Amino acid sequence: MTRTSSARTSVRSRSAYDGFPEHIRPSMTLVLQQLVLGVLIGGLYGLAAAGLSLIFGVMKVLNVAHGELIMLGGYGAFWLFALSGLDPFAALVVVIPVALVAGAILYWGLFGWVVRSHEETRIKNSLLIGFGLGLALHAAAVLLWTADERSITTAYAGSVLDVGGVSVPLVRLASLVIAFLLIGGLHLLLDHWRWGRAIRATADDWEAALMTGIDVRRAYLVAFAIGTALAGAAGTLVSVGYSISPSIGLEWTLKALIVIVLAGLGSMLGTFAGGLILGVAEACSAMVFGGPYREVVGLVIFLIVLVARPQGLFAK
Amino acid sequence: MLHVDSVEASYGAFLALSGVTLEIRAGEIVALLGPNGAGKTTLIRCIAGLLRPRAGEIRWDGASLAGVAAHRIVERGIAVVPEGRRLFATMTVEEHLDLGAFAPHAHAGRAERLEEIYAIFPILRERKRQLVRALSGGQQQMVAISRALMAAPRLLVLDEPSLGLAPRIVESILGVLGEINRRGVSILLVEQNVQAALVLAHRGYVLESGRIAGEGTGAALMNDPHVKRAYLGPLALRL
Repeated sequence: MTRTSSARTSVRSRSAYDGFPEHIRPSMTLVLQQLVLGVLIGGLYGLAAAGLSLIFGVMKVLNVAHGELIMLGGYGAFWLFALSGLDPFAALVVVIPVALVAGAILYWGLFGWVVRSHEETRIKNSLLIGFGLGLALHAAAVLLWTADERSITTAYAGSVLDVGGVSVPLVRLASLVIAFLLIGGLHLLLDHWRWGRAIRATADDWEAALMTGIDVRRAYLVAFAIGTALAGAAGTLVSVGYSISPSIGLEWTLKALIVIVLAGLGSMLGTFAGGLILGVAEACSAMVFGGPYREVVGLVIFLIVLVARPQGLFAK
Repeated sequence: MLHVDSVEASYGAFLALSGVTLEIRAGEIVALLGPNGAGKTTLIRCIAGLLRPRAGEIRWDGASLAGVAAHRIVERGIAVVPEGRRLFATMTVEEHLDLGAFAPHAHAGRAERLEEIYAIFPILRERKRQLVRALSGGQQQMVAISRALMAAPRLLVLDEPSLGLAPRIVESILGVLGEINRRGVSILLVEQNVQAALVLAHRGYVLESGRIAGEGTGAALMNDPHVKRAYLGPLALRL
């Protein structure tokens, strides 16, 4: 079943649609192929959004450098692979703890100051800090790794699973499964771990959490560290199934924001589902309107959800 | 046990408390009365560490609470049942009770305390897996009180626990406060239901426009025509 394929555009049926531009030729296989690819990237959108959603929901702070943290996670895995040949999936075991610590440091150094201010000014201050941090991380990444696009090419990078003519790249499938496991794990942590519950209480009503004896600042720190760790994990998966460059940060922050608006706050599994929906919607619009419109659909969804259901699809 | 000493507090330019002094001794139930806007909730926020007094001092066991973080105040033995209950919308009854014992000191004996609470409020045991928003107002108030009790407080502060509840429910909740007090927990009770509060309380204070305008035993306050007329407003007609 598994074989290596390079350029493989799966256009098979050539009947009544011959002569139509390729991107609107509705071959069933092509449609399924695009949907599958949409789901695969959607899992990463969900994972990217989960970290940002957690931080935003708990701290009421928007870290627009989240995409840059994803980018750094990708380079972390890239470095480990290039320098020591560590498998990118195994690299998660290194990247996640390192990102956890990096998140704690970022909280102590930057975002911990923001939460001292009044709730309404938090967002504004966090935007300023986030943009500054994003620019700095972008510049640092260019210095360290140049502006070239890179991806991790493992020995099994080209392996695909062929399901009735639809190719499922194994690396991306593994990434989807890992993204799901990480989000499921986060869901369990928030439900059952002592500090997970403290984080949920803080997200809901931080004053009531304080009166319950919860160290709210500590809950912020834990949430920020976990959110950053998820960004690191997402970056690693992006670098292995897709590609990274120092400038991907903003794009990933935007995707994450769209998913958060789509899914709403408060449910990690909902966020994952929101990611899948965005991935599929992008794939559909690329098929119907052509590749260049892939990015537009997210923004359209963004607007529709804001107007029709501002709390998001899965908000509790 | 708790000494509030000439406390001044303000929201921006608005002076909400000016020179409030009161005391709660071990084992007491103290009622805090007064019209809306008198500063009762402000005083509670000061005691809970959510608002820092501009002047004056709050002492607990003789030590100042100035600069003690709000969650540490819970650890020292003061638990607050906030106005409007402030329950966590996405959590079950059981999760609230578990979180109530979040502070390290409360964590150890939480199993026994949970049993005690279920004995006081048997309905909560039946409803323990339900989200709090599925509960009635009275049951939600029981959850709020229980969450505070899970912190093993020596002083329980309640801000208008009867707000919006049916009279029969209020009676049973106030009755439970008496029971809790007999188990050794001191109580500071802010109540609109003046008569019920004064029957329950050993002593009471009347707060008006951010000042203490009267104090005395429950019976004395209830019979003080000046207090009735001047500070309890229309409610005094019911006394």
